[in-house]
Formats: sequence, C-alpha cells, structure tokens
Amino acid sequence: MKMTLTEKILARASEVSHVIPGDSAMVSVDILMTHDVCGPGTIGVFKREFGEDARVWDPEKLVIIPDHYIFTSDSRSNRNVDILREFVADQGVRYFYDVIDDGGVWRFDPNKSLALPQYGEQYAGVCHIALPEKGHTRPGEVLVGTDSHTCTAGAFGEFATGIGNTDAAFVMGTGRILLRIPETMYFRLVGELSGGVMAKDIILHIIGDIGFDGATYKAMQFGGEGVAAMSMEDRMTVANMGVEAGAKNAVFEADARTHAFVDAAAQANGTVRPYETIEPDVGARYVYESTVDLSSLEPTVAMHPDPSQRTTAHACRDVKLDRAYIGSCTGGKTGDFEAFARVVRGKRVVIDTFGVPATPQVVRELKATENGGRSAWDVLVEAGVNMTVSAGCAACLGGPSDTFGRLNEPLSCISTTNRNFPGRMGHPDARIHLASPYTVAASALAGHIADPRDYLE
Amino acid sequence: MDDTIVGKVYVVGDNIDTDQIIPAEYLSLVPTIPQEYQQLGTYALRGLPADQYPQRLMEPESVRSDYTVIIAGRNFGCGSSREHAPIALGAAGIRIVIAESFARIFFRNCVATGELYPIESQYRLCDDFRTGDRVEVNLTASQLRTDGSVAMFPLKPLGEVEEVVAAGGLFAYARRKGWVQQPAVVS
Repeated sequence: MKMTLTEKILARASEVSHVIPGDSAMVSVDILMTHDVCGPGTIGVFKREFGEDARVWDPEKLVIIPDHYIFTSDSRSNRNVDILREFVADQGVRYFYDVIDDGGVWRFDPNKSLALPQYGEQYAGVCHIALPEKGHTRPGEVLVGTDSHTCTAGAFGEFATGIGNTDAAFVMGTGRILLRIPETMYFRLVGELSGGVMAKDIILHIIGDIGFDGATYKAMQFGGEGVAAMSMEDRMTVANMGVEAGAKNAVFEADARTHAFVDAAAQANGTVRPYETIEPDVGARYVYESTVDLSSLEPTVAMHPDPSQRTTAHACRDVKLDRAYIGSCTGGKTGDFEAFARVVRGKRVVIDTFGVPATPQVVRELKATENGGRSAWDVLVEAGVNMTVSAGCAACLGGPSDTFGRLNEPLSCISTTNRNFPGRMGHPDARIHLASPYTVAASALAGHIADPRDYLE
Repeated sequence: MDDTIVGKVYVVGDNIDTDQIIPAEYLSLVPTIPQEYQQLGTYALRGLPADQYPQRLMEPESVRSDYTVIIAGRNFGCGSSREHAPIALGAAGIRIVIAESFARIFFRNCVATGELYPIESQYRLCDDFRTGDRVEVNLTASQLRTDGSVAMFPLKPLGEVEEVVAAGGLFAYARRKGWVQQPAVVS
C-alpha cells in the first residue's frame, strides 16, 4: 500500500501499518501549540472536562506562545496573558514564551515609544514563526495548534493543522486527537522564480487556480525539483496559506536544507529531540496532481474580498491605495522585510505604510544586517515605513481598536498578510489586497498597486 | 439528536468567514467564562457588511436572536480556527447552519463543541430562501420544509460524525467510548 507523505506520517503516529483517506485515526501528538486568544478557552475546557486538578499529558510537549493581542490596552486581552501564565506555573509547562520575564501581570503602556520593546527576553512573537525559530518543528512529527495557520509548520516535513479549543483540550488531557485521513493533492514545483517574484506569488497563484475551497478537507503536498532552491522561509509562506484554499494541512518533503534549519534551531535553543524523517512512497495515490512552472509566475495580487481573487500586479496597477502593510506569519519574516527594503531603498513611500516584524528575532536580524552601512531596519525607516519593535500578529486580523496599523476606517490597503475577507484588518468596509513583500513595497512607493519589476534594479 | 428544529431562517451567501461570524476584536472574550459566552452571542455575525445585510442577526441590546436556522452558500466558516465562531452562533440561539458546503475547521468545531448542527444541503438553498422565512428541519429524515408548504429540500446526512453530535460533542462522545474517564465539572 503506497502512501502520500501525510498518510505516512499519520499512519506512524497512530501506530498502524497503513491508512487510507476517509479512515479515522487516533493520532499521537508531538507538539500542541496554543496562544493568548484560544489558550484561555482551551484551558477552560480542559479543566471543565478533566477536572480542576487535572494534569497536562506532557508538559514538555505543550508550547504556549502569546502573540495575538499583546500590545493593546484592552484589559481583557492583558488578562488572557495572565491566565496563560498562571496555568503554566501550575502545570510546569516548559515552553512558555511569556511577554514579560519577571512574572507578575502583563500591562501594556501605550505611551511608550514604538522603538522601545515592552517585552522581555522570553517573548517570541508570532507563534508560527516562533515555533521553528525556537526549535519546535521537526520532520515526520504531528503538530497541532489552536490557530488555522498552524499549517505553516508543514514546511518542515511534518503534519501540522489548526484545531479548535475543544479538540485542543482533548489533546491537552490525552495527547491524542481523532483525525480523518485526508486525501492528498500533489503540486510539483519546477523551474525557478524569476526576478521580482516571490514565494507568496506561488501560493496566490495556486489558490487562484483551485479556489478558496479547492483543497477543503485535503492535504496539499509540495514537491518537485523547484523546491530545492526555496528557502525555509519560502516554504513556510507557501504552506502557511494552504488553509486559504481550505486545506487540512500543507506539507513539503524534507531535504538537507530542512534538516540543517531544524537541527540548528534545536541546538541554539536547547530543544534537541530525536526525529525520524518520512518520505512519501513512490507510486502513492493523489486525488489531484499539477505542475507549477515557477519561472512562468508573475507578481500576483489577490483582490478584495477573498484570497482566490487572483490577478497580476501589472493587470491591476491602477487600483488606488491608502495604506500598505507588511507583517504577520505570512509576510513578516526577515526575508520578507529584506525584500521590501530592496525595493524602497533610497526612496520614500507615498501612503501610510506599517511594518510589524513577526518576532523579536526578526527585529534583531533586520537591525543587524548591514548593507552599505545601513541595516534593513534603517532603510525601511528612512523610506518612511512606520516600523514597530512590538512583534506580533497586530493588524493582520484587526484586533482591539488600538492595534498598531489596524484599518479603523474604510481604507484601501495592500498587505503581505494572508486574508482579505471583509473586516479582516478592522473596518468592515476596508478593501484589502494581498501580495508579496516586493509588490507591497512597490505599491507603497506608487500609491497604487504596482508591478515590483518596474522598481527593482 | 433532536428530531425537529423549527424557526426563522437567516440567509447569507458564499464564503462567510470567521471574521464575519465573530470579528477579531471580540476574541478576547473567553468562551468558557459563562458571562463572556453570553456576550459572544451578542456579536454573532456582527462582521457582515451592513449594506449587503441590512437585517441583522442580532438586534442591538438583545442576547437572543429571533432566528434559529442559518442558510448559507459555499464554504461557510472559512478562515480561522477560532471556536468562538460556532460558540457565538450557538450562544445567540442558532441551532443549525445549513450550507452548500463548510470549511473544515468550522465544521469540526461545531461537532466538537456540540453547539450547532452543521448540515450540508443537497442543493444550493441560499438563493431560494429569504431571511425571516419560517422552516422546519427534520434531522432524522434529512429534510428541510418551508412552514406551510409541502415542498421538501433534501439535506445530506451528517455521516460518521453524527454519533459525536448526537452524544453532545467530543467529550460526551469520548466518555461514551471510554477515552475519558473523568466526569465533567458542572459549573
């Protein structure tokens, strides 16, 4: 019985020799991740169902990363971080990336400068970027999290999917989750991206092809010789938006680059744990197969109001904009900001432009990279980008009204983020267009949607 | 499983995502805190654009919707994994969503929480019904009927997850299966 990568991972994690799509399997979980928005509710269900004195199945396998509503004066949001802290102390959870280092309670000070971090050494920022940075993603494993973009971790050759609070509470108590084995769609990536085209363009292109529900209930598997040239960040960007096509998970086959990244992150953070890479069987059955020639892709835009409204940046270059935004688990990584900086270096943005690095590590890397005496951070600030060191999810999902970069008016915005449904970034009548960091940067310089190839030397 | 659900329908189109079901600014409410559960209900479907949906699911100040059934198009509940979404609808008094199709995590969260029946229709219904229509849903027979009419609209059976919904959600089902031994804490 030949199996796809997802089938093989789930078969091993449920201790059976093989699985077929449609089967239900009780799967052992290697990592459960939760955050400040869904963690308190998950803890509530856990205590209600397993008892006030119940213990987490494995305090080494639960990773808690506050990241959503951190830099806000909303008192309930601050309280939710405190609920996580209390639970962690009570349960002896090992991996809690708290906002503050000294315990106590978390309160945000809105009067402090955006240039000054209000977080301590432990704070890790956006969970999907922090998980690999801190060495919690490993090939062959099963990672579930209370966030739909948990599928990002599939970039590391593992099964990763988003779940709700109730399912997460079940995992918290038992270490297991009942999953239906998904059918797998296979995307063979060939060729190399041409200048001005990024990983974001690959996934926007694919979602445009198959539709916003084109992968519902299914696994998306990415392979082919085009993958080798893709950085781990590129693979994360592609896997991240699998859920925007409805996918249960998105997964890349692990290669030498994957192992190098995973091993280095684990070494650096003291999270080394043995893992066993899984490869898909030759001759596995896929419900859909397509070949994507990366060299044929162009800078792509998903127009308001959903991620499948695909067009090219060139074709919609007259669309006027009020705002540009770079950030989130999709487009807030170091490479995303470096690409943005490449376009705006020495120029000025003409519309309000906000930049929110995904993690404190991204902030450090941007401030460190020197190119001609200026760090990428300097280049962005000098180009007029409103940069904050308060790494987190920020305005990608709107959030409380005082969230940095939030669309509080019905503006037209271009963004490196992942969703553009009505109201996603705040105001229900705001229009959001999704694009790569290159395209967002070029558009910020132009004041309308622009093709980055016209701005890159 | 309750056999029949009777009430007024609220009709929405395709691709109603979780931000429209419960806007992100309300996600700081914790569903397991009873007062905040109730508050989530007051914001149910608050994110629907006002120009397309002049009739709202929730009247200002009300904690209970006039509607019991939602009829939707394709891909209802797409977007985030927030369990706040089915919970907000359930807290508002919605008992069933009948959609042409559902996004995966939303469907699963309906089943796991036992808040709502997520039922797919055999045919697209959102163009044939109007908000305020009275309907009767027969879950056993998988049929939807307009009040006072004999015309039946076929629904798809819940399939393998029916057992979970019938038990009242994931934990009730897990106890029945012997996967969870502890009794639930009654608040």
